[in-house]
Amino acid sequence: MLASLIGFLGDFELAEEAAQDAFAIAAERWPREGAPSNPRAWLVTTGRNRAIDRIRRERTLTEKTRLLELPEAMEDAMDETPIPDERLELVFTCCHPALELDTQVALTLRTLGGLDSDEIARAFLVSEQTMAKRLVRARQKIKRAGIPFRVPPAHLLPDRLDAVLAVVYLIFNEGYGGRSHLADEAIRLGHALAELMPDEPEVHALLALMLITDARREARFDDGVIVLLRDQDRSLWNLDQIATGRAALDRALALGGRGIYALHAAIASLHAEDPQDWPQLAALYAELARRTGSPVVRLNEAAAIAEAGDVAAALVLVESLELEQYHYHHSTRAELLRRVDRVDEARAAYGRALELVHSDAERCFLQQRLAELA
Amino acid sequence: MKYMLLIHHGETQWEQLSEEEQKRIPADYQAVSSTPGVTPGTWMEPPELATTVRVDGGKTLTTDGPFVAVKEALGGYLFYEADDLDAAIELASRIPAARLGGAVEVRPLKES
Repeated sequence: MLASLIGFLGDFELAEEAAQDAFAIAAERWPREGAPSNPRAWLVTTGRNRAIDRIRRERTLTEKTRLLELPEAMEDAMDETPIPDERLELVFTCCHPALELDTQVALTLRTLGGLDSDEIARAFLVSEQTMAKRLVRARQKIKRAGIPFRVPPAHLLPDRLDAVLAVVYLIFNEGYGGRSHLADEAIRLGHALAELMPDEPEVHALLALMLITDARREARFDDGVIVLLRDQDRSLWNLDQIATGRAALDRALALGGRGIYALHAAIASLHAEDPQDWPQLAALYAELARRTGSPVVRLNEAAAIAEAGDVAAALVLVESLELEQYHYHHSTRAELLRRVDRVDEARAAYGRALELVHSDAERCFLQQRLAELA
Repeated sequence: MKYMLLIHHGETQWEQLSEEEQKRIPADYQAVSSTPGVTPGTWMEPPELATTVRVDGGKTLTTDGPFVAVKEALGGYLFYEADDLDAAIELASRIPAARLGGAVEVRPLKES
């Protein structure tokens, strides 16, 4: 509803006020007269009319002439009017690169995800006040710097779509660390994008990646301790969700998707098979590393190589990476050293990983591994 | 929307550029200046010739040099009337200073 109002009014603040007005009228009227047959359309229409009234009162807003030229709307007679879906324009506005990344995330959650500002503040561990200020500043920048409200033209679309997907994936990853409502929200956004951009392969690939990864959520923690993929209780996996994810991946591939998210999703899909095809996984990680230049992906490639049977080669790869401050680098190295019976070195590497780790769940896991070495 | 594009020069020296690039730069600036909606500004003398003035407790403090570090100093500007920020960003990306280690700041102007 908010997206429709913002689309119509071209103004975030005005749209929020109008939405509040509409809800207030509904709260007063619906219990008395019964809810209309299409509540969303009713709210949008009422919100629009309230906004038009507001604008008429504030004559100085001359740029809103587009609105004033519209014929007077009839509140209750418009119940069945189809409301154009303007969420797509809105997502490109929220994820505009002229806004800070944190702000893009917060705006997307607020306007498309339907989280209110104190929920977003809690999710990102900032005070409600800080988050409210950030959102106000963002809305002002959109309005006063002229950030457009539209789907970017074809020559800008690839870059801008990347920015949108990055925001959604960032939200998902925040949720994957344990705050699961954010993961749910990201998946909901992913579904909405796939519906709005049915021909973009990377949109389906991102949705596939999130669905397949999230399907293992219940098996990923045991009493707050992280459970490695190979030790997970597969009966806890959500198989329907994995199937939905694979269907999205198939769609992405059928559309010619060979991008970063398609690679990620293919990897997630292979990880959900039993037994896993480790040589294939190693090859996909290698391709992903080539595209992203990410040493973290190389680390995953090394783990896949080890699982495929060549622990020595994996160890050489791990030791060639410059990831001194990354605890997974040390824990992966420790695990490989353990497998080739270099126990003392393994112990030292686990120790280094423990010094760097932040999450309690991961610390417990590492302490367990270290204890098992003794 | 009206925007002011503030052109900051980077540290790239003219002599370091290829002959081809040296020929392209004036042509590119010319193309930017003749874009509909653009009101070209005047080039500034180098930041070494700047003087910065501050007032502290009623006392005027005058220092030699630009307000920011010399290498990031403002070198030129233009005005652009465009539909939206995307159009202004596109114009900014065509300004040679932006690809030569400098940057272009896009500032919306207040509606008068």
